[in-house]
Amino acid sequence: MSTLMNGARMLLECLAREGVECIFGYPGGVTLPLYDALYEHPIRHVLVRHEENAAFAAEGFARATGKVGVCCATSGPGATNLTTGLVDAMMDSIPIVAITGQVSSRLIGSDAFQEADTFGITRSCTKHNYLVKRLEDLAQTVHEAFYVAATGRPGPVLVDITKDVLQGQGHYQPVTAIHLPGYKVFTEGHTGQIRRAAQMIQEAERPLVYAGGGIIAAGAAAELREFVERIDAPAVTTLMGLGALPSEHPNFISMPGMHGSYAANMAMTESDVLIALGVRFDDRVTGRLAAFAPHAKVIHVDIDPAEIGKNRAPDVPIVGDVKRVLAKLNKLLAESPESTSETVTAARRAWWRRVRAWKEEHPLRPVTSETEIKPQHLMAEIDRLSGGEAIVASDVGQHQMWAAQLVRFNAPRLWLNSGGLGSMGFGLPAAIGAQFARPGKLVFALVGDGGFQMSIPELGTISSNGLPIKIVVMNNGYLGMVRQWQELFYNNRLCAVELDCFPDAAKLAGAYGFTGRTIESPRELRAALEEAVSTPGPYLLNVKVSPSECVYPMVPAGAGIHEMVLGPPQPVAVPSR
Amino acid sequence: MMQVISLLLENKPGALMRVTGLLTQRGYNIESLTVARTHDPELSRMTIVVDVDAALRQQVIKQMNRLINVLQATDLTDLPAVVRELVLVRIRTTMESRTAVLKEAEIFGGRVVDSSTEGYAIEATGDPEKLNEFVDVMRSYGEIEVTRSGALAIGLEAKKLRLQPPVPTKAVTAQKV
Repeated sequence: MSTLMNGARMLLECLAREGVECIFGYPGGVTLPLYDALYEHPIRHVLVRHEENAAFAAEGFARATGKVGVCCATSGPGATNLTTGLVDAMMDSIPIVAITGQVSSRLIGSDAFQEADTFGITRSCTKHNYLVKRLEDLAQTVHEAFYVAATGRPGPVLVDITKDVLQGQGHYQPVTAIHLPGYKVFTEGHTGQIRRAAQMIQEAERPLVYAGGGIIAAGAAAELREFVERIDAPAVTTLMGLGALPSEHPNFISMPGMHGSYAANMAMTESDVLIALGVRFDDRVTGRLAAFAPHAKVIHVDIDPAEIGKNRAPDVPIVGDVKRVLAKLNKLLAESPESTSETVTAARRAWWRRVRAWKEEHPLRPVTSETEIKPQHLMAEIDRLSGGEAIVASDVGQHQMWAAQLVRFNAPRLWLNSGGLGSMGFGLPAAIGAQFARPGKLVFALVGDGGFQMSIPELGTISSNGLPIKIVVMNNGYLGMVRQWQELFYNNRLCAVELDCFPDAAKLAGAYGFTGRTIESPRELRAALEEAVSTPGPYLLNVKVSPSECVYPMVPAGAGIHEMVLGPPQPVAVPSR
Repeated sequence: MMQVISLLLENKPGALMRVTGLLTQRGYNIESLTVARTHDPELSRMTIVVDVDAALRQQVIKQMNRLINVLQATDLTDLPAVVRELVLVRIRTTMESRTAVLKEAEIFGGRVVDSSTEGYAIEATGDPEKLNEFVDVMRSYGEIEVTRSGALAIGLEAKKLRLQPPVPTKAVTAQKV
């Protein structure tokens, strides 16, 4: 017979069996039994400074590794603070498990101290959620939660556990099977459709690969690379897919969409076969849907049937794990003889000439200046230091777009950003999660002066754990992306976007016991970044950049993605809908 | 036009909320909703009548099918199906019109379930539109109170039910996810 233990100890037993080594959390009244059990348990608990950041850190951990990230909060305010991180993970399909304490089962609904309807509140924030009111359900539920989070289209799962369950005594019964009759995971992909796709690809004159976060979630980077090389088509990866194909790959023509490259958006618009792999035709990618890839037949591979046809009706829908589907496609393409006719071969050559011409016409090139640090210059220097190998956890805004355009990522799981939800305050805690996941890795937290000020409390977490995160603040004194929209589309009536107070970086970092510095001359930039990287431990580098820079290219809201504004001298007009 | 959705789902707390959440998050008003256990006590059958934009119907069904507690969601709007509803009417009527009320109820297949000096309680089942007429007729005889069950639907074509078999867990021995 197994040993008698309380629910809290049993929860840790489940986590350990799921391979969890580290959880990000914040204690409170009803989770006291859990923290009592943690006192003598090998699982490492990382005390963050705000529950929202526990969820973001768990996401950073999951994004950097592909393993399930775990966060933990108490009832009431602890749980409600997690919600932004849960929705963030939901939007980007990131596997995390959130454990929350709940008031004792007999008190639920009585407006007890720190009671909130966590189960109800998080219903729409999660892939699935649970309320555990009986100890005998605990182990099964926790294992189920990990299974649901990690399989199919990954996502956040929350387990709300009442205090009496955490305190109750019982035996851990190993869970042998997960039975969820309604949870259908489609992995294989329809053979006939894959065959049709292969044929369509072989006949394509202007093929384009449009790959996204699904490639990274599926661990399909190798299959993608083989596929792209086999068909020798130009390829774009979305904001969520950066690193799925190495940025230095000759077929890579950068990111499409609102701030995508000219070549990527033009290729999207002109392609005749669009091979969409683990993407969801997000509005930031497609622009005005009616004008999106108007000549293309679409092959859409996704593990989630609800994504197929949501925004764009595909000609060949394939529901399946993109890793397996690509492997089958590669096999089919390898087996079938080079059926490509002369017309197709000639058309493909002409297509590549056009794509190369677009690339040369308007490349994504860093702007520099003698007198001030251009934000693009900063990104180019970070890129130089990283060489496509460092982890960059980004916040949300202009810096995120410039980094996506200019920093190379030669492997998946290096570029961590809040893509779908666009949660400011994500970058710093995500970097914390990533650094715990990859202790030896160079991790940049690349943040704006806005998002950074949402996460300053986490400097405490970084300092007390000695995390060697290099925090680079792209400081333009504005909520830059909002300012850009006010400038371009609201007659430059700037309202509530000026951040005229920013703490002294040296003093702020010093107050937390590490080094910080502010720079504003382009001549100091390279050496300052090198110093940040070579200084052991954390480093806060506040880089004052040109305040007025806007991100280009830009597709105005409501425009087709080929209707890009390429730079400030161009007239700016919102096309009528 | 109203969409009739039939769902087979696990009989678990929260399952109803997940399904209705997909409709309420879009600001759709649910016209009627019925839910009850099936012959298998672990499962429930639900019928929802809701006004969904035609372009979004398929998407809503797909998202319902994506829910972990939902075994199958089917749009019965354009499929062969039988839709029925139960109505309970309490009517206060004068002594003079009691016989007429009974006659009218009979025409609609209504059945008296309670009778008192004040009037009757009558139950009737049928097509929801037929029941509208029944209620209108009853109202012409006196003061009424009405409770309706909401539509219950059953598809007439067998639809293959794909269920996920149990998956052995990796966690039996400590192992990485």
